[in-house]
Amino acid sequence: MPNKLLDLIDISKSYDGQTVLDEMNLYIRDNEFLTLLGPSGCGKTTTLRIIGGFETPDTGKVIFQGKDITNLPPNQRDLNTVFQKYALFTHMSVEENIAFGLRIKKKSKQYIKDKIDYALKLVNLDGYGKRDVESLSGGQQQRIAIARAIVNEPKLLLLDEPLGALDLKLRQDMQYELIRLKNELGITFIYVTHDQEEALTMSDTIVVMNQGYIQQIGTPEDIYNEPQNAFVADFIGESNILDATMIEDKLVEILGVRFPCVDTGFGTNQPVDVVIRPEDVELGKPEDGRLRGRVTSLIFKGVHYEMDVMANGYEWLVHSTRMFPVGEEVGINVDPFNIQIMNKPESEDEEAQSTDEE
Amino acid sequence: MKNKKRHSLGQLLLAGPYTVWMVGFIVIPLFLIVYYGLTNKSGAFTWENITAITSAVNMKALWLSVELSVICTVVCLVLSYPLAMILANSKMKNSSLTAFLFILPMWMNALLRTLAWLTLLENNGVINTILTKIGLPTIHIINTPTAIVFGMVYNYIPFMILPIYNVLVKLDKNVINAARDLGANAVQTFLRVILPLSIPGIISGITMVFVPSLTTFAISDILGGSKILLLGNIIEQKFKTANNWHAGSGLSLVLMVFIIVTMVISSHYEKDGESANVW
Ligand SMILES: Nc1ncnc2c1ncn2[C@@H]1O[C@H](COP(=O)(O)OP(=O)(O)OP(=O)(O)O)[C@@H](O)[C@H]1O
Ligand SMILES: [Mg+2]
Repeated sequence: MPNKLLDLIDISKSYDGQTVLDEMNLYIRDNEFLTLLGPSGCGKTTTLRIIGGFETPDTGKVIFQGKDITNLPPNQRDLNTVFQKYALFTHMSVEENIAFGLRIKKKSKQYIKDKIDYALKLVNLDGYGKRDVESLSGGQQQRIAIARAIVNEPKLLLLDEPLGALDLKLRQDMQYELIRLKNELGITFIYVTHDQEEALTMSDTIVVMNQGYIQQIGTPEDIYNEPQNAFVADFIGESNILDATMIEDKLVEILGVRFPCVDTGFGTNQPVDVVIRPEDVELGKPEDGRLRGRVTSLIFKGVHYEMDVMANGYEWLVHSTRMFPVGEEVGINVDPFNIQIMNKPESEDEEAQSTDEE
Repeated sequence: MKNKKRHSLGQLLLAGPYTVWMVGFIVIPLFLIVYYGLTNKSGAFTWENITAITSAVNMKALWLSVELSVICTVVCLVLSYPLAMILANSKMKNSSLTAFLFILPMWMNALLRTLAWLTLLENNGVINTILTKIGLPTIHIINTPTAIVFGMVYNYIPFMILPIYNVLVKLDKNVINAARDLGANAVQTFLRVILPLSIPGIISGITMVFVPSLTTFAISDILGGSKILLLGNIIEQKFKTANNWHAGSGLSLVLMVFIIVTMVISSHYEKDGESANVW
């Protein structure tokens, strides 16, 4: 297993008594693509600022390549940042912006020129070198910010919502380019986004944050299929989140009906949260279902139909390739493997987190 | 048609007070200065009042005016920049209040402020009294160009601090962070990013200090005795003592050329009309 490149140990930060990060622990391995995902204001940018050196944590340590860099100024850290609001040098041309880091490092003229050409091609802005950065669109400025950072070939690249201003097509292209870049240059990425789809497609590891706490760390599959709490389940994709009671191992009661499941170790007659993804809700004839309900809405979504089904007082969100018209009575079944059981939040902290749903 | 006419009439009415103000306080005085400057006592056209600048006395005064104004501007700039930077970066919540305190003296009468300097700098003024008390030799500043520069710097420095401060507080912190992030140390960040981005503030500061320094006569009157003549003093004498409006206007026109040149240069540097001017 590759080494830890960066290790955040017990990082806390508060502004004017308001806690933004609370004893955060996180590490990233060499050549990993790690994404910080969470709602606005949850502390993603603050985390990056601490890693970049623009903010000192109140407590805790930042270890980079085995060295404690907590108090090292930004210019002495072998990493670069793509800032959330681009932060381009408005008194310089596109070229001069990109060349800034290389000129500081006193690279040769030819080297700088080659790098500029390479970077402009990479971000699809060939021929924009002489332009005034203020004359560029938001998306173009964002790409210049990326180019300006990557030409320095840092060990670690911090990207704060770098694709936020781009349209879908361009964003997908850039996602692909960034991944390619990471593999080609061996750069490790810490990536911030609040677009869960982007996080799922690009990352090796996803860190879901809320109000300064890490909710879950895992691979995209882990996070999507086995959310550890209702917040994660709700934030990552659409889902049915229900109150339920764990009757015993492998048996859960949902809306008064018992469903077999595969989870064990939650005790007997314990209140739990249950997550069922909309694509895992199976509809059929009323007499075949564990639950009976009635279709209340139907939308065609291209790949599938999206239906709402009212059953036992809960409106189920269902994605299915089979269509059931509004008003039809249906039966609901769920495969035991697709029922994800989660502990109810217990600590005060978690309580606070799960009540706040953006 | 009727509607359109009424509309433009309304506009005319609204623009009325502004037009009256412009004509009454800017166009007419300017016209009078040009008229007087280009005529002699019998009302005939002449260049004489303008070419009078080439006389030895006037040239000397003009040169001294320019020289002292340049010195004053440079001193103001050198003092103001670090100060504006400290103010702009101070973590204090009320740093705008602090900035305001620096402007507060401007609300005092300029003559009063200058007279205060007279009391300080006089041969047996406050400074020399203190120097004598602690056994040091006294200094002779009053009635020298140095005293005039002191007075000008004191009077005009807020006009330098304010525009620079304005530009610096508006600088995006992340742009500075970006420079540090790309490897620039504090000095490089200052020279390559902060300083170039604050040029509009510096330029308007320079204009706002240089122009009044160039035309002053009150400060040189009080702190220079009547021994040191700036062009402003000569113009004042022409109007008041010699009662020769023609000569005074002619010299004013010459001075105005200098001011217009300064303004043109400065407006050239102020990008996209985003002026940091406080006038
Ligand atoms: N310099 C500061 N002074 C005071 N509060 C701050 C400061 N910087 C951040 N905060 C607060 O810290 C919290 C986290 O901010 P942060 O910028 O890290 O959020 P974020 O996760 O990046 O959100 P977004 O997705 O909107 O960019 C917010 O409540 C914010 O108001
Ligand atoms: Mg942010």
